[in-house]
Amino acid sequence: MEEIPVNKTNTNGYTFMFAIIMVVVVASVLAFTATTLQPIQNENVRQEKMQNILATVGIETERSEAEEKYNKYITETIALNEDGSINEKADAFTVDLAKELKKPGVDQVYPLYIANIEGSKYYIIPLRGKGLWDAIWGYVSLKDDVNTIKGAVFDHKGETPGLGAEITQTWFRERFADEKIFDGSGNLIGVSVVKGNVGPSNKDDNKVDAISGATITGNGVSDMISERLIHYLPYLKQQKDIKVAIQ
Amino acid sequence: MAIDTKLASEAKEAKKKEMILFLSNTEEREHFLSKNNRKLLSDPLNDNNPITVQVLGICSALAITVQLEPAIVMALAVTAVLAFSNMIVSLIRNLIPNRIRIIVQLVIVASLVILVDQILKAYAYDVSKQLSVFVGLIITNCIVMGRLEAFALGNGVYKSFLDGIGNAAGYGVILIIVAFFRELLGSGKLFGFEVLGHKAAVAAESTGLYAYGYENNGLMLLSPMALIVVGIIIWVQRARNRKLIEQN
Repeated sequence: MEEIPVNKTNTNGYTFMFAIIMVVVVASVLAFTATTLQPIQNENVRQEKMQNILATVGIETERSEAEEKYNKYITETIALNEDGSINEKADAFTVDLAKELKKPGVDQVYPLYIANIEGSKYYIIPLRGKGLWDAIWGYVSLKDDVNTIKGAVFDHKGETPGLGAEITQTWFRERFADEKIFDGSGNLIGVSVVKGNVGPSNKDDNKVDAISGATITGNGVSDMISERLIHYLPYLKQQKDIKVAIQ
Repeated sequence: MAIDTKLASEAKEAKKKEMILFLSNTEEREHFLSKNNRKLLSDPLNDNNPITVQVLGICSALAITVQLEPAIVMALAVTAVLAFSNMIVSLIRNLIPNRIRIIVQLVIVASLVILVDQILKAYAYDVSKQLSVFVGLIITNCIVMGRLEAFALGNGVYKSFLDGIGNAAGYGVILIIVAFFRELLGSGKLFGFEVLGHKAAVAAESTGLYAYGYENNGLMLLSPMALIVVGIIIWVQRARNRKLIEQN
């Protein structure tokens, strides 16, 4: 009697073996690549951070020049405690806001970058909050009066392209320039992103025009600004008499 | 008599072997850019274009064709993924267990995509930010799985490689044509350079075409226009290529 030929690639044992070997090979290749490229990728992220910090004070650079310009213009990088005192232990540049935000307010450190450009002093505050789908973050810089915004940049992880993702665009960022973060009676309000034409020329209303179709991302931006700024109030008060600054 | 038949059958066997050898030799000796192989490269550019004829991979054609640079990087990324996944699948096509072949193909495609993504993040960080999620979505690009199933599983390594390059080129050409028109008409730029002149906020300071009152067509920047441009390309292609016109 003739034996029926069995295709060995159709047996269960072979299928399992194939799957196991394939997974091991693929995993090692990917792990190897990820580890080898990690330092270059981290360097890119670091340079991009410097680029973003500089962009808030109106200095647009190429990523390759970011480090040089950063060292030139950013004169101080400090980490603050909740009460406005300087935390000597923490390295402000490497503070991971995503981790800090999970801690209670008193345990957090608050990084602050101080830029000095042609004699003017700017305070740059890193932001982080929630958008519609995932994290949003950015930087906002205050002028010497610690009330007027010089500029802002925003970025996001997974907002909807064409809607929420538009917060990274220059035209949206420019709406924040010269807005005030305190209201007329000296309360810290931040800047709200609101629906309806709020008059781009009115810089004292603590409001900027929202992006249609991106209400939740816009609210996220407002919340992130007010939530983060409030922690810097003790420090900012030390720098300037805020009441005076408003009048 | 018995010996005669034995001899005859032996001669037959020998001839058969010669024939087989001859056939396999001709296949091996086939010029590496023979007519058949050239067809593998050129067919997908026109007669069998993955986008305009097979209408595959449309989603990424809509998403990343606002500017030329990301479109070109996307085309290169798809070329790398398609050529190498075709090659790898063809190389192990006799070893892949039939029951899990789709999963095996997916794993190969997915790992190649992750490799491309990691390399872009390291060496072309800004472009990788622009492409964002779409590099990852190459995995779901129907062209890739389609070529693996339809070609690589049944053909040799070199032919599969050519097929991958050909199809990726067919895809890339359309991406680049669409991106060219969208960037030129939508923002008046090519590769970020202002080729139509500079449009200033004050009308009097504008140069080039803008000085004569030309305006960019903002609609070109929105996804629907990519679909319309692809439609126009299909129209032009069908008007010129008689083979593509359906016979009724």
